[in-house]
Amino acid sequence: MTQTLNLTINGTTQTIALDDPRATLLDVLRERLGLTGTKKGCDRGQCGACTVLIDGRRMNACLALALSHDGAAVTTIEGLAEGDRLHPVQDAFLRHDGFQCGYCTPGQIMSAVALIAEAEAGLDPERVREGMSGNLCRCAAYAGITEAVLDATRTMTREDAA
Amino acid sequence: MNLFDYTRADTLGAAVGAEGALLAGGTNLLDLMKIGVATPSRLVDVTRLPLSQIEDHGGGLRIGAMVRNADLARHPQVLARFPAVAEALLSGASAQLRNAATTGGNVMQSTRCSYFMDPLSPCNRREPGTGCSAIGGETRNHAILGWTSGCIATHPSDLCVALAAFDAVVEIAGPAGTREVPMATFHPLPDANGVPPALAAGEVITHIRLPDPGGMARHARYVKLRERTSFAFAIVSAAAGIAVQDNRIVAARLALGGVAARPWRSTGAEAALLGQPPIETNFARAAELALQGAAPSGNNAAKIVLARRIAVRALTLAAAGTPDRMPALPASVFEGDDHG
Ligand SMILES: Cc1cc2nc3c(=O)[nH]c(=O)nc-3n(C[C@H](O)[C@H](O)[C@H](O)COP(=O)(O)OP(=O)(O)OC[C@H]3O[C@@H](n4cnc5c(N)ncnc54)[C@H](O)[C@@H]3O)c2cc1C
Ligand code: SF4
Ligand code: FES
Ligand code: FES
Repeated sequence: MTQTLNLTINGTTQTIALDDPRATLLDVLRERLGLTGTKKGCDRGQCGACTVLIDGRRMNACLALALSHDGAAVTTIEGLAEGDRLHPVQDAFLRHDGFQCGYCTPGQIMSAVALIAEAEAGLDPERVREGMSGNLCRCAAYAGITEAVLDATRTMTREDAA
Repeated sequence: MNLFDYTRADTLGAAVGAEGALLAGGTNLLDLMKIGVATPSRLVDVTRLPLSQIEDHGGGLRIGAMVRNADLARHPQVLARFPAVAEALLSGASAQLRNAATTGGNVMQSTRCSYFMDPLSPCNRREPGTGCSAIGGETRNHAILGWTSGCIATHPSDLCVALAAFDAVVEIAGPAGTREVPMATFHPLPDANGVPPALAAGEVITHIRLPDPGGMARHARYVKLRERTSFAFAIVSAAAGIAVQDNRIVAARLALGGVAARPWRSTGAEAALLGQPPIETNFARAAELALQGAAPSGNNAAKIVLARRIAVRALTLAAAGTPDRMPALPASVFEGDDHG
């Protein structure tokens, strides 16, 4: 039985016909919509490579059954930059060497965007590390990732104040 | 993953008695379906049920089963009255998972016994009567209390340990009406052939109720020993609450995690603390009582010693008082340590 799913992805509402209810949000993004920025690492909630924002909250797309999120607004890594202008978190990851192979990076960046919005970690490196612990990095670029998140937090707080 | 029918329940009436597996956040159920451990032919999505409220209830709280773990941990009244519940939640899983995971799903999550999670290994819990592959195997995750040769698995939830310590009650709606069960006895202990289910077919958890914590509201902690300081299940953990008047303990709560098929509430240990000064020798005696009857279920005798120490630590920290701000590393045993 085909079931339909409405999703607003990076600002554009789409109706998707699903003939297999097993599709996760990750499958829909990558296989149906060609949005391959969101990565599949473990596919079991353990690595964070698939992190996206669902209605503004960071979640693992690999454990999100697509049909269960009918009507949701999803932001992926493709939705962060404005044209050529990088999101402050993307920019900070570049400047601080927040990656090596880059596979975990889209998930790291989406998680960091949410962490900064949650406004609980602030500029405390320990709280940033704890708040980012759902994103593993096989290349162990953690030092740069923490610096990048702290730097982006500073930039975005300044922008908010301005 | 096997094929299934997907339906959504928009009212409690549609969920109660429904055939199939209830899908909440999906962080445990989908995981188990991917590895072939759960094979439901029908999923009933309960995420839209109107059970996402946290309400005042006397001096306590009534928590809807669909409240997400992250929202529960951040709720001002949870932080104010039940800080150990918030700390337990924040010590579990990751920010992403806590945003998806629900209160009901957390309570109903399956054991992390690695043999249970391998459909090729015989397992009484998965298939009653087939045997227990964990016995004689890797048992670091396994029980030291309340186990039988039928099953030595533990319940992995952090949240449930804190809920059990603070007298939470599980509200259940079923085809035959409603009932309620204390959190501390909600998860059945194993018998010789396996483990009876916590819920009957068609039953749905609707709420968790927490009564007024009285003087323990600002004297409550959760401590969790794990292999890494974040994003790991407990090897052993403890939730504790203490209320003190004139240097005498007037109320005490203690529950252990990672040690049994349910959070291990110890009313004997609590009773022994009453009227005593809040000092370490008394906490050590209480911990001893909490672990009365403990026995290794494999090569895991170290957990008995670790659980005793974690219990003393949790009681000591609870007596010292809940910090005003959630620690940067919730429930960490490295608190106050330079290695934080
Ligand atoms: C990588 C990883 C790490 C984790 N680490 C931790 C940790 O450190 N500590 C910890 O405590 N947990 C941890 N978890 C487990 C996590 O907390 C649970 O997966 C989650 O709480 C389950 O909630 P859910 O809403 O996603 O449940 P679901 O997966 O949707 O459901 C789980 C079970 O509950 C049943 N169910 C759901 N709602 C109800 C209801 N209202 N009434 C009756 N039955 C219901 C479902 O049918 C299913 O059987 C971890 C999980 C993962 C994947
Ligand atoms: S300990 Fe329990 S869950 Fe694990 S294999 Fe044995 S019966 Fe199954
Ligand atoms: S791919 Fe989703 S958490 Fe690893
Ligand atoms: S940069 Fe390679 S996994 Fe993180």
